[in-house]
Amino acid sequence: MNALNRRSLLGLAGGMAALSLAGCASPARPSQRVVVIGGGFGGATAAKYIRLWAPEIEVVLVEREAAFVSCPLSNLVLGGSQTIEGLTTGYGALQSKYGVRVVRDEALAIDPDKREVRLARGDALRYDRLIVSPGVDFLYNEVPGLESAEAQARVLHAWKAGPQTVALRRQLEALPDGGVYALHIPKAPYRCPPGPYERAAQVAFYFQQHKPRSKVLVLDANPDIVSKKGLFLKAWSERYPGIVEYRPNSALVSVDAGQNLIQLQGESVRAGVLNVVPPQKAGRIATGAGLLSGGKKWVGVDYQTFESLAVPGIHVLGDATLSAPGMPKSGFMANNHAKVAADAVIAVLTGRAPNPVPVIANTCYSFVSDTDVVHVASVHRYDPEKKTLVVVPGSGGLSSQANDTEGRYARAWARNIWADALL
Amino acid sequence: MTTWKPWLAAFALAPAALTALAQSHSQDAQIRVAAASCAACHGTNGVSLGGIPAIAGVDQRQLLEKLLAYKKGELPATVMHQHAKGYSDAELAQLADFFSRQKR
Repeated sequence: MNALNRRSLLGLAGGMAALSLAGCASPARPSQRVVVIGGGFGGATAAKYIRLWAPEIEVVLVEREAAFVSCPLSNLVLGGSQTIEGLTTGYGALQSKYGVRVVRDEALAIDPDKREVRLARGDALRYDRLIVSPGVDFLYNEVPGLESAEAQARVLHAWKAGPQTVALRRQLEALPDGGVYALHIPKAPYRCPPGPYERAAQVAFYFQQHKPRSKVLVLDANPDIVSKKGLFLKAWSERYPGIVEYRPNSALVSVDAGQNLIQLQGESVRAGVLNVVPPQKAGRIATGAGLLSGGKKWVGVDYQTFESLAVPGIHVLGDATLSAPGMPKSGFMANNHAKVAADAVIAVLTGRAPNPVPVIANTCYSFVSDTDVVHVASVHRYDPEKKTLVVVPGSGGLSSQANDTEGRYARAWARNIWADALL
Repeated sequence: MTTWKPWLAAFALAPAALTALAQSHSQDAQIRVAAASCAACHGTNGVSLGGIPAIAGVDQRQLLEKLLAYKKGELPATVMHQHAKGYSDAELAQLADFFSRQKR
């Protein structure tokens, strides 16, 4: 069908639909509104792409922070080759270039019956379709000793890029040469599977130059390195010999923040800088809205549309979702979820069928120095029989070795994906 | 809950024309979403800010030859050979066509 025919057919369909509607309802329908909660890799991308693909739909993005700070590349702030400012992008272009209404507020509750989002400060927002991209919340109740705000301010997570990232860098700078940095990793699944191991390499990179007698102690609750195992082991042993020590099966019992002491099953470790990445679940708004699935931590979604399995009309993206098999909780994946969801939302609101077989992909780059990078990649295709996204057999894989070509690609990737979401 | 507008239109429009319309729309949407996945590295609609090749406005045949060569492992790559293997030849042709029609 050529473009002209399609257009005339569209006009006809529109006219007929209006005619047949006129008998039972008002023919002039007000513009439809999508509300997006959360302006991270998932939410910002969804907001932009709905406006790109369907400018007739109104989009309101609710975000509590003034600017987006990228978790990818934030370990480089600890290593010293990146500033936090360089990871920060404002929401201005979403509003000025794409007509997204950006509301700086906090979403407190969702009423799926009234189709409203209640905000901390502003008036409730009505929606025709809701997208929730809330990221992760930390389960401090599973880390005895870190329940108080005071303890959390001393033993940092730095697992959401921003002030904590900068504060952890300051703690590392204040550590005397010969001091120990200990990193505790929670049981998978958690945000960014290779992130902790990249962090170990970045802190080792910093120590090698400035504190060569210092040590990086990786205390992993998992039985083994969760992602890119061989590549990280090689990087640690060849680039930072004697600096990085890895201890698997290090289940956390408790933390004494005043003493920088971590109690594990069978041993306790005192560190100069103690960094505990707490266990995680879907961001808080998902809990209140009744979106959580069986395990009560993550949101089960229909992977063809990213619509919640528990509450119809709400699409959920990114780290908060109950990940499909072989799918990491990454910014890249959240960006790709957003595009499938944006298209599905447009399909619902314009009355066409959703994309029958979405195909999305992932590439996670990890820096093992200031220049050299290793990646893991995968392609995921919707399987209508299994009703989930599955890794395409034969697709994806790892870097053969750390290299600086991919280091340049990783930095270019970051600029492009930030722009893809926000600029 | 979802209200499906096609049911309304179906009364007014010949079924064959409706099916053709729906198919062309969902095919467009499908390739648009698949192409949007590429944008995570190559920039929105393939317009890269630099460092990673821009693929917007590249000749369809040239782009397809490259993608097929990546898929067969005939062209050295860091990651593209691993991505290309996730798509059928027909899908790679559609992607190449999509990006060839984007403005640089």
